[in-house]
Amino acid sequence: GEDGAPPAPERVLFPPTFSVSEIKNKQRRHFMFLRWKQQQRKGGRGPPGGRAPPKAIPKTIENQRVYDETTVDPNDEEVAFDEATDEFAPYFNRQTVPKILITTSDRPRGRTVRFCEQLSTVIPNSHVYYRRGLALKKIIPQCIARDFTDLIVINEDRKIPNGLVLCHLPEGPTAHFRMSSVRLRKEIKRTGKEPTEHKPEVILNNFTTRLGHSIGRMFASLFPHDPQFIGRQVATFHNQRDYIFFRFHRYIFKSEKKVGIQELGPRFTLKLRSLQRGTFDSKFGEYEWIHKRREMDTSRRKFHL
Amino acid sequence: SPQVVWDTLGNRQFCSYKITTKTQNFCRNEYNITGLCNRSSCPLANSQYATIREEKGRCYLYMKVIERAAFPRRLWERVLLSKNYEKALEEIDENLIYWPRFIRHKCKQRFTKITQYLIRIRKLTLKRQRKLVPLRRKIERREKRREEKALIAAQLDNAIEKELLERLKQDTYGDIYNFPIHAFDKALEQQDAESESESEAEREEDDDEDEDEDTDKREFVEADDSDLSDFEDMDKLETSEEELEEEEEVEEKASHSRSKGKAPLKGPATSKRTYVKIEYEEETEPATKTKAT
Repeated sequence: GEDGAPPAPERVLFPPTFSVSEIKNKQRRHFMFLRWKQQQRKGGRGPPGGRAPPKAIPKTIENQRVYDETTVDPNDEEVAFDEATDEFAPYFNRQTVPKILITTSDRPRGRTVRFCEQLSTVIPNSHVYYRRGLALKKIIPQCIARDFTDLIVINEDRKIPNGLVLCHLPEGPTAHFRMSSVRLRKEIKRTGKEPTEHKPEVILNNFTTRLGHSIGRMFASLFPHDPQFIGRQVATFHNQRDYIFFRFHRYIFKSEKKVGIQELGPRFTLKLRSLQRGTFDSKFGEYEWIHKRREMDTSRRKFHL
Repeated sequence: SPQVVWDTLGNRQFCSYKITTKTQNFCRNEYNITGLCNRSSCPLANSQYATIREEKGRCYLYMKVIERAAFPRRLWERVLLSKNYEKALEEIDENLIYWPRFIRHKCKQRFTKITQYLIRIRKLTLKRQRKLVPLRRKIERREKRREEKALIAAQLDNAIEKELLERLKQDTYGDIYNFPIHAFDKALEQQDAESESESEAEREEDDDEDEDEDTDKREFVEADDSDLSDFEDMDKLETSEEELEEEEEVEEKASHSRSKGKAPLKGPATSKRTYVKIEYEEETEPATKTKAT
């Protein structure tokens, strides 16, 4: 270092506007920077001040999320009343037993077919049917006649599934999702386990707004009401920043503070594109919510589910 | 002259309409009737030529004769063919009367092909069309990245485990798992100072209630020593006794997962055992060790 430095730099250290980068002299600036670095490494902010400021709470996107006015308050009566009278009320009152029909778009490729099969093992009481060019509008009345409660259509593009249409049948809402990162059973690293026939439990995480609530109830209505805890299987729909992650695990309680989970079953992520009031009708349907990119994607802290 | 044209363009020198592949030569000229590059199919090398072309679903017959070779604008004569297939074939015949067999034949073949594909188009438009939505690369990239970040932020495994433990605490699983030793511990510790006498009274009551039911079970004390040693709360034998009693009460009602009372902390092993050995273990119940003391 320069010992022959004039006293002026000593003065420069203390005022709060000191910044190493503002010194014009390159040699001097380099020297000051090295000294600053050393002080940093020693764990202090330098001669001024005593200790470091208290550790602040880190800002996360979840912390900074723009408050959504449709967030559901658990004690909200209006919401409770709505939910008691909406299309899922029969399910939640245990009047209907879920029966699911899983199908694909035209001419599914092998991957999609396998995914459909695995999905049908995850969801109890579900049946896979090939599409063979049938129009959805014609399938739906037939399904209703045969007592199906839900219809799942997996859309495929370039040999991978990329979309999901979930239609609750007797006049229920239709949700259209974009599906991504689909992993089949053999692609998940685990030691060769298959799901059993037991009814799984359902976990729905982070569905906070009204829209999220209705989507959550849609998912819940796919599974039978009384899970068999003996099976120790759990299907999770976890919403994070508008992406819904689906996982299927088997759990084991090692003690009351520790639980081990083992992933079986396929996994995928969904992003809601639109929610429509009646059954599937893309042209004349009454859309409750459509994802409009220009309006809704403007803020990075704003989420809708 | 057409022969000269063919000698230069067709065979030897460059023709811009010609496409060569390993097995065949194709001709890209719109007026070509077969699409191949041949001496008889080249519209440039034949002064008398005819083709069928379709525009907006209607077929036309185009004819070129040598008399008009000097007038490029009027070179191709166009005749609209009728929509009726047979009638159109007759019209072709009519217009190409006295023309070489080859051109007549090929014209009719081409016309047939064109009508077939027009029918197919009309049929397909009635069925459901696959709508191609163009991907926007920037948006796809952005979504992918956001999904990855969301996945990391979600910490799925932790969230699921937390939720499951919550449910265990909330007692949604009922009596399947027999863990709540710690919970009882804490509760008792908290209440120790306040209601020690109460707990003793409860103990006595429990004793009275359980006496008749548990007499058989208390005989099998020694077998449980090894299991009891697994307990983390070995030092708190008294409290563990109480808990076992209370657990037994509960267990009797449940009538399965009895073995859990033995070693509830051996999670995997016991849980597997319960499913298999429910019937067997009803008799060999763990009894509290030093009940008499």
